Amino acid sequence: MTELHQQGAKRTFKLVGTRPLRPDGIDKVTGRARFGADMDAPGMLHGLVLRSPHAHARIKRIDVSKAERLAGVKAVVTRDDFKLPADSALADICRNVMAREKALYDGHAVAAVAAVSKAVARKALQLIKIDYEILPNVTDVDAAMKPGAPILHETLRTEGVEPKPRKASNVARRHEFGHGDVAKGMAQADIVIERSFKTAATHQGYIEPHACLASVGPDGRGDLWVCTQGHFMVRNTCAGLLGMDASQLRVTASEIGGGFGGKTTVFIEPVALALSRKAGRPVKMVMSRNEVFRATGPTSSSSIDVKIGIKKNGRITAAQAELRYQGGAFPGSPVEFGAMTAFACYDLENVHTVGYDVVTNRPKQAAYRAPGAPMVAHAVESVIDELAKKIGMDPLDFRLLNASKEGTKSSFGPTYGPIGLRATLEEAKRHPHHTAPLGPNQGRGVACGFWFNFGGDTCVSLNINVDGTVGLSVGTPDIGGSRASMSLMAAEELGIPYEKVRTIVADTASLGYNDVTDGSRVTFAAGMATIKAARDATTKLCARAAKVWGIPAEAVVWENGHAKPAGPNAGNFAPMSLAEIAAVASSTGGPIAGHYEVNADGAGVSFATHMVDLEVDPDTGKVTVLRYTVFQDAGKAVHPSYVEGQYQGGAAQGIGWAINEEYIYGADGRLQNAGFLDYRIPVASDLPMIDTVILEIPNPGHPYGVRGVGETSIVPPLAAMANAVSAAAGTRLTELPMSPPRVLKAIMENGRGA
Amino acid sequence: MSEIHVSTKINGDAFEYLCDAEESLLDVLRDRLGLTGTKEGCGTGDCGACSITLDGRLVCSCLVLGAEAEGREIETIEGMADGDDLHVLQKKFLEHAALQCGVCTPGFLIAAKSLLEANPDPSETEVRYWLAGNLCRCTGYDKIVRAVLDAATEMRKA
Repeated sequence: MTELHQQGAKRTFKLVGTRPLRPDGIDKVTGRARFGADMDAPGMLHGLVLRSPHAHARIKRIDVSKAERLAGVKAVVTRDDFKLPADSALADICRNVMAREKALYDGHAVAAVAAVSKAVARKALQLIKIDYEILPNVTDVDAAMKPGAPILHETLRTEGVEPKPRKASNVARRHEFGHGDVAKGMAQADIVIERSFKTAATHQGYIEPHACLASVGPDGRGDLWVCTQGHFMVRNTCAGLLGMDASQLRVTASEIGGGFGGKTTVFIEPVALALSRKAGRPVKMVMSRNEVFRATGPTSSSSIDVKIGIKKNGRITAAQAELRYQGGAFPGSPVEFGAMTAFACYDLENVHTVGYDVVTNRPKQAAYRAPGAPMVAHAVESVIDELAKKIGMDPLDFRLLNASKEGTKSSFGPTYGPIGLRATLEEAKRHPHHTAPLGPNQGRGVACGFWFNFGGDTCVSLNINVDGTVGLSVGTPDIGGSRASMSLMAAEELGIPYEKVRTIVADTASLGYNDVTDGSRVTFAAGMATIKAARDATTKLCARAAKVWGIPAEAVVWENGHAKPAGPNAGNFAPMSLAEIAAVASSTGGPIAGHYEVNADGAGVSFATHMVDLEVDPDTGKVTVLRYTVFQDAGKAVHPSYVEGQYQGGAAQGIGWAINEEYIYGADGRLQNAGFLDYRIPVASDLPMIDTVILEIPNPGHPYGVRGVGETSIVPPLAAMANAVSAAAGTRLTELPMSPPRVLKAIMENGRGA
Repeated sequence: MSEIHVSTKINGDAFEYLCDAEESLLDVLRDRLGLTGTKEGCGTGDCGACSITLDGRLVCSCLVLGAEAEGREIETIEGMADGDDLHVLQKKFLEHAALQCGVCTPGFLIAAKSLLEANPDPSETEVRYWLAGNLCRCTGYDKIVRAVLDAATEMRKA
């Protein structure tokens, strides 16, 4: 179960840190909550997408005439219905949403229809004729970088290299980070280990497929209901793609059935809007699971080389890594984040990382929980483990000896403030898990992980109702219980019960721009904005009380949910509660509301250490996870149950990535396992309980010390699992997933178990 | 293509509907009857989000035809609470924070209820295997399993 450890400056909270029921809970256990596919509109049509069966093909001709003539078909759209935007990032989205000259991956959209029923729409898709010229394809990252590889984009020139290449390649960009002199550091080392690693592409695997309901009237005004991590992003992107004014497109975020980064872009949304505009009726589109796998964002697959040198005493003298990430058919793989986070856990004099962003004939990758970090942590933490073993040092002690701390210049540039890495390592050492006995064929693995955490554009409004209750409007979709934590922070600041606050996710017409729910930013940034909006409201509440009492506003303070005179000199008045001030608001100046808008800075980096015990079956290569413990810094856990949930969920996804999950492509470039039967995410019987230890090293950048917690938890598990499997199998595994055939092969090659 | 007339009982109430021969019961529930509490996660019987019971048997409604419901009794998430009174499992899912996004929750609740009817005192392993047909991507199952075990304990006391 959970333990909680606080460090540093203390502040006493009444509500923050408690575990009330979430406000959207009843709707979600009774089936009342409305997700993306749960909305209808009068006169609604059903939209479906026709997708390329080819990994790489020139689209010579599209004939939709037969489909258009089918009874019940109200609109058909193709590349001709989308004008290519001038902005290059938007142009890539446009090309991804609907293929133009070429289909670039199996599943790439080539046409879409809207019809009176799903059955008619399905029939119409079969009547669309496309002439393809099939081209050679490439899906592997190393193959795509080789000279002579099939080229996806004839206009692509590698950025970040001097001089800029004159020939097209599949390498979109080179990134470089580091400091010191790695050659010198390696020369000082007593032991150097260099290894190469590979990880497969994995999908975010949210259970709710993408879904939306679009309606565009003849006046050009539109409404869109959609499951997304960021409805303001959807509005801006769709308005850009369709040539609409942002103000004319109102986007409402539905309840969202998981995202993990995969719902931070658009796929069917602009298509649904285009169909609706053409048909003059609302259009609902819901992806099938097959479409989700083939056409939405898995994360990158990777190929990574790591080299680390140490002294005999265990101190690292130099570290370097080369990262090659394919990000699917368009530039933008998270290799830059990979190269930045690679050695973030270590205090290094000499460090250098290079990352290559590579395009291949796969769906464009989308963000996946700490995008880019888990793969490189797998590589680096595997080498760290091997080095510790080589000198006979406990892997936790080895990490403690080299761990980043306050004042360390990070491998990606900035110098750390107060951070919790060492605290997680020390906690792991003290934990009974660390010394529990292991049986035959069992192994224990540990690994550390880092994530930046984001801040970003945030805008909230907090309305004081006349009955003393509060309505809080945020613009960040609630993906894992954030309405509960926002309500807790608002109630804490205002000094009223949690139940008196109702937090909603407001639509794009009701609030200023908010960045998407990503980067572990919501509890930090929207939380900070909520606290500041509440303080704005209490300032106004104090001014109203001052007016009632006939004293200056500066002479009134807010304490425990009441306005009261600042001291004896201010006058002798009984404190007025929020409800009492709200009740007379109309006669003291009108409605009372607090607002706050910010581009939030100071998110506060996050670290975790994971420990896992598992057993390898020497006859089959099957891995069974026996025990798992997460140690992570939360800064301040606002609602500890949902913090634990983030820790556990990240660990489970990482376990799946480590031993089960992978995108499997044939030589024809077609995805061979586009379903939950063959792409196997962990099920309940695959996992043990996942124990969590929440550490609280306050983030100075947040009024309550909060750090984001959502993403760091997926960074260590790949490596922790690999280290444990390697220990149990008696041989080092360097490629994910560690599926039974791969583990068995490693055991056989090692001459054991044969 | 003429539609098929079906008479059935859903959550204790009599229902009649027309459906196409190839239409799944899931589509009937969601699109024709407005019972959107039952979710579609895959449409191939792999995720369990569309779990319902048909004559008391736990099934994926995406793998049942609408026409097959003729004369049968269906239970969905909408029928689990008794008016304002939540089922013990629903309460325990809330108390244990056994949901994050909540889209798999209706399927888990239906499957867990069916488990506790068959086995009122399941071990942790039995809970994990019974629920292995329901995918959750948010929680890592820890809090779900705890909620089900806690509900079982409470229901045995009742």
